Amino acid sequence: MNPQSTLPPTPAALPPKTGDPSAPGGSGHEGPRSEVKLFAGLGHVALAVWAVIVIVPILWTFLAAFKNTSEIFSSPWTLPAELRWENFGRAWTKAHVGRYFLNSVIVVSCSTFLTMLLGSMAAYVLARYKFWGNRAVYFLFVSGLAFPVFLALVPLFFVVKNLGLLDTHTGVVLVYTAYSLPFTVFFLAAFFKTLPSSVAEAGMIDGCGHSRLFFQVMMPMAKPGLISVAIFNIIGQWAQYQLPLVLLSNAKDKWVLTQGIADISVNAGYEADWSGLFAALTIAILPMILVYAVFQRQIQAGLTSGAVK
Amino acid sequence: MRHGKYPFVIGFLFAPVALYVTFVIWPYAQAFQISMTNWRGLSAPQWVGFDNYRRLLDDGAFWKAVQHHGVLLLALPLITIAIALFFAFLLNVGGKSSGGQRQGVWGAKFYRVVFFFPQVLAVAIIAVLFQMVYRPNESGLINGVLMKLGIEPILFLVKPNLALWSIIAVLVWQAVGFYVVLFSAGMASIPGEIYEAAEMDGATKVTLFFRVTLPLLWDTLQVAWVYLGIAAFDAFAIVAVLSVDGGGPDGATTVLAMEIYRNAFVYSKYGYASAMGVALFFLTLTFAALTLRLTKRESVEY
Repeated sequence: MNPQSTLPPTPAALPPKTGDPSAPGGSGHEGPRSEVKLFAGLGHVALAVWAVIVIVPILWTFLAAFKNTSEIFSSPWTLPAELRWENFGRAWTKAHVGRYFLNSVIVVSCSTFLTMLLGSMAAYVLARYKFWGNRAVYFLFVSGLAFPVFLALVPLFFVVKNLGLLDTHTGVVLVYTAYSLPFTVFFLAAFFKTLPSSVAEAGMIDGCGHSRLFFQVMMPMAKPGLISVAIFNIIGQWAQYQLPLVLLSNAKDKWVLTQGIADISVNAGYEADWSGLFAALTIAILPMILVYAVFQRQIQAGLTSGAVK
Repeated sequence: MRHGKYPFVIGFLFAPVALYVTFVIWPYAQAFQISMTNWRGLSAPQWVGFDNYRRLLDDGAFWKAVQHHGVLLLALPLITIAIALFFAFLLNVGGKSSGGQRQGVWGAKFYRVVFFFPQVLAVAIIAVLFQMVYRPNESGLINGVLMKLGIEPILFLVKPNLALWSIIAVLVWQAVGFYVVLFSAGMASIPGEIYEAAEMDGATKVTLFFRVTLPLLWDTLQVAWVYLGIAAFDAFAIVAVLSVDGGGPDGATTVLAMEIYRNAFVYSKYGYASAMGVALFFLTLTFAALTLRLTKRESVEY
């Protein structure tokens, strides 16, 4: 499937050739230097192949978004004959991608904000205050890391239904927040523990209340940790598919982007509007590229933070 | 200790705990109870004991799904970690060394940025994207080329024995970049002197990789395996969107989350769906316990 993963370890098998004298650096050995070149050469091919495998499907989608259906079928690999912006117009209004996009933005910004607020409050108290039941509450939160969401899908549906929150954004926001709390609390509690207590004590002496201390002293100090978790939550909640599918099934005007795009892809089959689907996909992917281009360092750090810890 | 501590602690904990118990803990607790009933949503649930679990044992779709989790559990981590390790090694250690400073190959930064990008996209979006890539006629990205060359189109998602692997390929496509970055972080913390010493002794890159990088990266590999294992137990979004009629053709790609969703929200068999959920819970738990046991090994201090 992936040829580069099965590349034979040629560099070791080949007898060392005479090193290229123009190669800079090196540790003095003749052998290793040519071996480095060969290894790097093969490596470059593999890396380039994978880069192509990642980039081409996305680029191909962007190009197809400007084509019409007959072009998509007759010449899938050429540039579009003309830039058909109307495909995007059709996707944005007729297929409601605009609506779905806006819904996703609303839901994810609300739920991430709520997750960060509640998560940091709980994490702070659990990390820095001694009280009866502290460990129990902490483990209650952390145990949530081990369970998959769909184990409780049926009861969750009825809990939300009985609260009258089915087919509402409020319900989705609350559920997203609840399911994001375990990781958020786990990560932030560890982070708050590392903050020096001298600053907090100084604040206390100056007559700072507990809440003011938290919002005005500790929160700003915890900013790097908060940003990492916020990115982690934004990307995770933006990608949610199963929860909105279950919780918003009967309210099409409230659907989020993932749901909407999946639905458009089903309908594109019936209506044969492939260019509209490609345009919808482009609208869904392009903003992520822009955001990623600007924040890629923070995003990489944020997403891997849970694993590196 | 300090005055006013308890009102503050309770005030700060109340909302998060209430929300968490309502939407996470309470549903989990109920799942076990519902799984012992024949509840279908309309009349009051009747207690049926372990009937649902007995029926699970004879359910072909359930066993197919379990089997697919087995395949995913082996293939997804193995393929992803192998590719990601290879790339991470190239990007961090693959280049020339100058003055003891390990260097990656030229363009390492660019590759890392590109490889990681799919991680930012939602799985459902990627699934739709690959629906187009895999299309069985000349409008598909792959078959468009094949048919131009006069080769028979490959029915990626329709052929039962190819469909699951087509889906695994997409999961690998998305995951590799994340693990390249993860392993890169691990490799960066391995001191350069170790490599230098090994190279002095005439170690080749391949020896370096197997004798130095791999053992020192063991902890990170373990984390990667657990993460990918968790992903292998989910796979709902990709199967629901990418496969032919949700887990098809004829159940060839179905996973437990798909069967739970179908039984609950299509057939309204809430009791039965919950029993599947509980079964899945124990599968996940077994996996976690096994991983911890099997990978337990002295980590190398450095």
